[in-house]
Amino acid sequence: MADRLPIETALPVGAIDTRASGWWAMIFVVFTEAALFAYLLFSYYYIAVQPHAPHTFPEGGLPDLKLAVPNTIVLLLSSGAVAWAQFNIEKNDKRHLVWGLGIAAVLGMIFLVVQYFEWAAKPFALASSSYSSLYFVVTGFHMAHVVVGVILLWALFAWSAMGYFNRVRYAHIHIGALYWHFVDAVWIAVFFTFYVTPYLGLRT
Amino acid sequence: MRKPFAIAAGPKAVGWACLCVVFSPVSRAFAAAPLNYLTSAGVQGDSVLPLTWGVTIISIAVIVIIAILVAGGIWRRPGLSVQPAGRRLPVEEKASGLNWIWIGVGISSLVLLFMVVWTMAVLARVTSPPTRPALTIEVTGHQWWWQVRYLSRDPAQIFTTANEIHIPVGEPVRFKLVGADVIHSFWIPQLGGKTDAIPGQTNETWLEAHKPGIYRGQCTEYCGVQHAKMGMLLIAESPGDFAAWRAHQLQSPAHPATGGQWAGLANFTAHCGACHAIRGTDAAGMVGPDLSHLMQRHTIAAGILPNDPADLERWISDPQGIKPGALMQKPELSANERASIISYLETLN
Amino acid sequence: MTITDYERVPTVSTDENQALADKFKRLWETKPGLAGFLSTVDHKEIGIRYIITAFGFLIAGGVEAAVMRWQLAWPGEHVLTPEQYDQLFSTHGMTMIFLYAGPILSGFSNYLWPLLLGARDMALPRLNALSYWIYLCAGIFLYAAFAFGFGPNDGWFNYVPLAARPYNAGPNIDFYALGMILLGISTTVGAINFIVTFLRMRAPGMSINRVPILIWGTLTASAANIFAIPAVSLAFFLLWMDRNLGTHFFDVPTGGSALLWQHLFWMFGHPWVYAIVLPAMGMVSDGLPVFCRRPLVGYTVVALATVATMVLGFGVWVHHMFATGLPTISLSFFSAASIIITVPSAVAIFAWIATIWTGRPVFTTAFMFFTSFIVLFTIGGVSGVMTGSVPVDWQLTDTYFVVAHLHYVLIGINVFPVVGATYFWFPKFTGRLMDERLGRWNFWTMFIGFNLGFFPMHISGLLGMPRRVYTYADGMGWDWLNLITTIGSYVFAVGVLLFLINVWKSYRRGAVAGDNPWDAPTLEWATTSPPPPYNFVVIPTVASRHPLWEDRLQQHEGEGSHVDAGLVLDHDREAIGTSSLDATPDIILRMPHDSYAPVILALAVTAFFAGLAFHAWWLAALGALVVGIDIIGWLWPERKLGETAEPAIHG
Repeated sequence: MADRLPIETALPVGAIDTRASGWWAMIFVVFTEAALFAYLLFSYYYIAVQPHAPHTFPEGGLPDLKLAVPNTIVLLLSSGAVAWAQFNIEKNDKRHLVWGLGIAAVLGMIFLVVQYFEWAAKPFALASSSYSSLYFVVTGFHMAHVVVGVILLWALFAWSAMGYFNRVRYAHIHIGALYWHFVDAVWIAVFFTFYVTPYLGLRT
Repeated sequence: MRKPFAIAAGPKAVGWACLCVVFSPVSRAFAAAPLNYLTSAGVQGDSVLPLTWGVTIISIAVIVIIAILVAGGIWRRPGLSVQPAGRRLPVEEKASGLNWIWIGVGISSLVLLFMVVWTMAVLARVTSPPTRPALTIEVTGHQWWWQVRYLSRDPAQIFTTANEIHIPVGEPVRFKLVGADVIHSFWIPQLGGKTDAIPGQTNETWLEAHKPGIYRGQCTEYCGVQHAKMGMLLIAESPGDFAAWRAHQLQSPAHPATGGQWAGLANFTAHCGACHAIRGTDAAGMVGPDLSHLMQRHTIAAGILPNDPADLERWISDPQGIKPGALMQKPELSANERASIISYLETLN
Repeated sequence: MTITDYERVPTVSTDENQALADKFKRLWETKPGLAGFLSTVDHKEIGIRYIITAFGFLIAGGVEAAVMRWQLAWPGEHVLTPEQYDQLFSTHGMTMIFLYAGPILSGFSNYLWPLLLGARDMALPRLNALSYWIYLCAGIFLYAAFAFGFGPNDGWFNYVPLAARPYNAGPNIDFYALGMILLGISTTVGAINFIVTFLRMRAPGMSINRVPILIWGTLTASAANIFAIPAVSLAFFLLWMDRNLGTHFFDVPTGGSALLWQHLFWMFGHPWVYAIVLPAMGMVSDGLPVFCRRPLVGYTVVALATVATMVLGFGVWVHHMFATGLPTISLSFFSAASIIITVPSAVAIFAWIATIWTGRPVFTTAFMFFTSFIVLFTIGGVSGVMTGSVPVDWQLTDTYFVVAHLHYVLIGINVFPVVGATYFWFPKFTGRLMDERLGRWNFWTMFIGFNLGFFPMHISGLLGMPRRVYTYADGMGWDWLNLITTIGSYVFAVGVLLFLINVWKSYRRGAVAGDNPWDAPTLEWATTSPPPPYNFVVIPTVASRHPLWEDRLQQHEGEGSHVDAGLVLDHDREAIGTSSLDATPDIILRMPHDSYAPVILALAVTAFFAGLAFHAWWLAALGALVVGIDIIGWLWPERKLGETAEPAIHG
């Protein structure tokens, strides 16, 4: 019978690397969240191709890129910091793990602050038009995800600082990082939709 | 019914079944069901009706075959004891049984493919009218009635009516459909299928009647509390009759003849004119149905009451009792005022 | 703690080990009383709760239907006002489609999955508890609104602009929208749990071509749900924003679109239809062969057909919108797709028929429900094909023909298999058999009542009766058909009542079932009835699709499956994690203990949505805060679960 059970070598116990159930769960959380953003952007494009009065879509003319482009870079750098943190913990470098997470969380907060100014600079309000509703709701959905991500990053930062993770036990880091990379990647799609497609001709 | 199945693209069974239907009591049931679509009086039906019957008969055949196969499989050989209750029973896999799937799915796929092709052929035929329609009618769905505007390049030829649509037989008529408030769906089953009337977009459809008649229609997209009572009539008539009707509609109704009727007009304008319009008078409301030639209509209240003095009286006295939730509120009228209004309305030929 | 807690070679034992069983009982058993009730993460407990709650909603929806059928029995009836009727038909649809049909299958799957897979629990037991609690909260949320007269009243698919503020000023739609988003969270986390369980929790040796078809059904439905649910949750959220914050997504005059709602709703709606039938079809695919005394014909093609149905199911949503004035090219595509999607269903139909023909039937009540289902499925299927044909659908749509079709789908393909599955698995749930004699009465009353009630709806539809009318005039040719429908539906209701009586009676005094009363082949029958909290003393090892029939079928690999000896895993609550395709063990998973985190989280999320509904922003903020704290606590790395680094590893 023992030959039927291929378990003569030792098996890890608990939750490690990509064998942790939480890792798999996060993959499908990301799938369903990605679907949510796909439907949000579908709504944008669907409404964009309906007839609109001139210069109402996007409302206020072509969007200003002055804040949006640097802010996109901030968010990408934050993803980079998380990737660096992941790289460090795999080498058992716990100090740089903490640094990577902290830098990522701070960059995420900078993104939120800049987004606040970006919103404040818009010449329209949530209830102005279908464009304004789309703009604030889609970027708002993304910001909500950034807020959740920043909270998770600070939690991971604290847990790392408390010495919970090492070269073998770092499933939490990978799971949180997966979410953060997703939040950053989905921003690219949001950014492309709202800030790039009007320049490519999707406007009235 | 003129050559109802002449374009029977389907199998002979279709024609057969239709013959059975025509000569059976079932046909009486159809005649007694004015909204049925198993018979047709229009050009769309020439293509669609054989398809409807065809897929219905194929469906029934499939159900019968599957039911026989299931029943046959069950009773083919004696079953085992009723309740095993923990006893071990034989288990065997003598035949793979896969041929059942290949053959069954193979035949099903062919039938389905045939239905797809037939569907596409019919769709291509009914998407646009056989000839360019000369007449365009704009139908606007309101909660819970239909506004009907006869369009024309010449503004003097445009007029508005409600809940009853007249068309000439033997020629296609174009319909432009709009939703004034919520989504409604325009449906005259004897002449063709449904098209939604949606706010913010104009949908088009076309109908052509083979023979004169009064065909019932109904809103079929749930549109609020009185969705159930949002009917209409479509009157197909000879081109001559239609031309006469149209010319008459373009005229203002004759002035009242008696003092009582004049009082009725005044009362109507005061109490009803904010919502209803009558050509040539000060009553010019756009919220409710245009009543210019009310007496020419067969029904009132969107096809739910016959247009006779008694029902008119009932309707005006208590619209909420007949159509609870309707946007027409009970008018604040004395019995005399009401009587005068009715006597006036009865002049609107 | 020693190094063995990082990694170890699991020991092996036979299942005749009382000391081990006692130890497992201490480790896995839920505390008695309220504390245990609120904190349990046992999938069997959660599954039973799901089933009972869903049947409760089935009864509520049935009562609503009975009242409506009274109103429609004769022309011009007025026991209900139009507003009451509208709220009843909308609530009936919401109840049956969202609160019964999906959750009942989640209940069966929750109970059965770990047993079918030879696992100790679902992959994420606390998430499992969360999904139930949120489902319960969403159901109470929606029904509390209904109790105060604020139930949905624009139909379950709730088209705008009718559902927008200008045409529906009351709070009804706000409750419906928020309740549906809440329910969507439950369905989503449940779906994620099923997928991860499938990928990670199968017994060693149970490669993906050896899992029961029910697993394929629920897996496919779950995969569809994680992609489809966001569409409807988003649609309802945008509608709530339109109604409460003045946005313009669906508001036509300011640049919104009425049809956007329909697209988003049906992008979800059609996959959802498959999500609430595929697991039920899986139940039949697993149950029917047991009573035909042979394996299912064409396992592989049936599994593939299940997946294919779902994939195609994402490409047919427009067939709900054929009359909305879309371009012909789009109509052609979606029409063809809607007809062709029948092919995978035909695979299943012929597989079941072949299983009956090449097997030897055992006449049980479950068997009768399963076989009659094949015919009802066919009726619901062909009427679906008819509505897939665009020119025909322009006539059929929004008439009672569609009402007949969707009831044949929902009752025929969901309720009949579910009742059959209850007869089949009740002995496993309770240790007692259901009464077969009462079962016959139950079956025939339901079968005759259902067909008597719902088949004539096809004809009233063909005779032009529109759906969603609170009354109809005399002389439309529908009188007799409606009276027959009402009588039939009441007979059907009596049948459901007999079923409930049978459940109650058998639960109290049914014959003792034993481990495997039907001599069935799959792993759930290898353990006791009802199963212990830990499911299996030792983890089974699987070498074929039919571990308990191997002695008679001789189709296994090597020396065959082992159900009476296997891995022990007794250091804490432990389970074996296996690779996704071949189910090779690759980790010993530490499973969470009972926890209050799920029930608190569910209450906090519900408080959040209640805050939104009442514009009590403080309540929403408080709910969000508790959600955040709860999640951080939930995710806090635990040494017991093997998530933390202490003590430092060697080297």
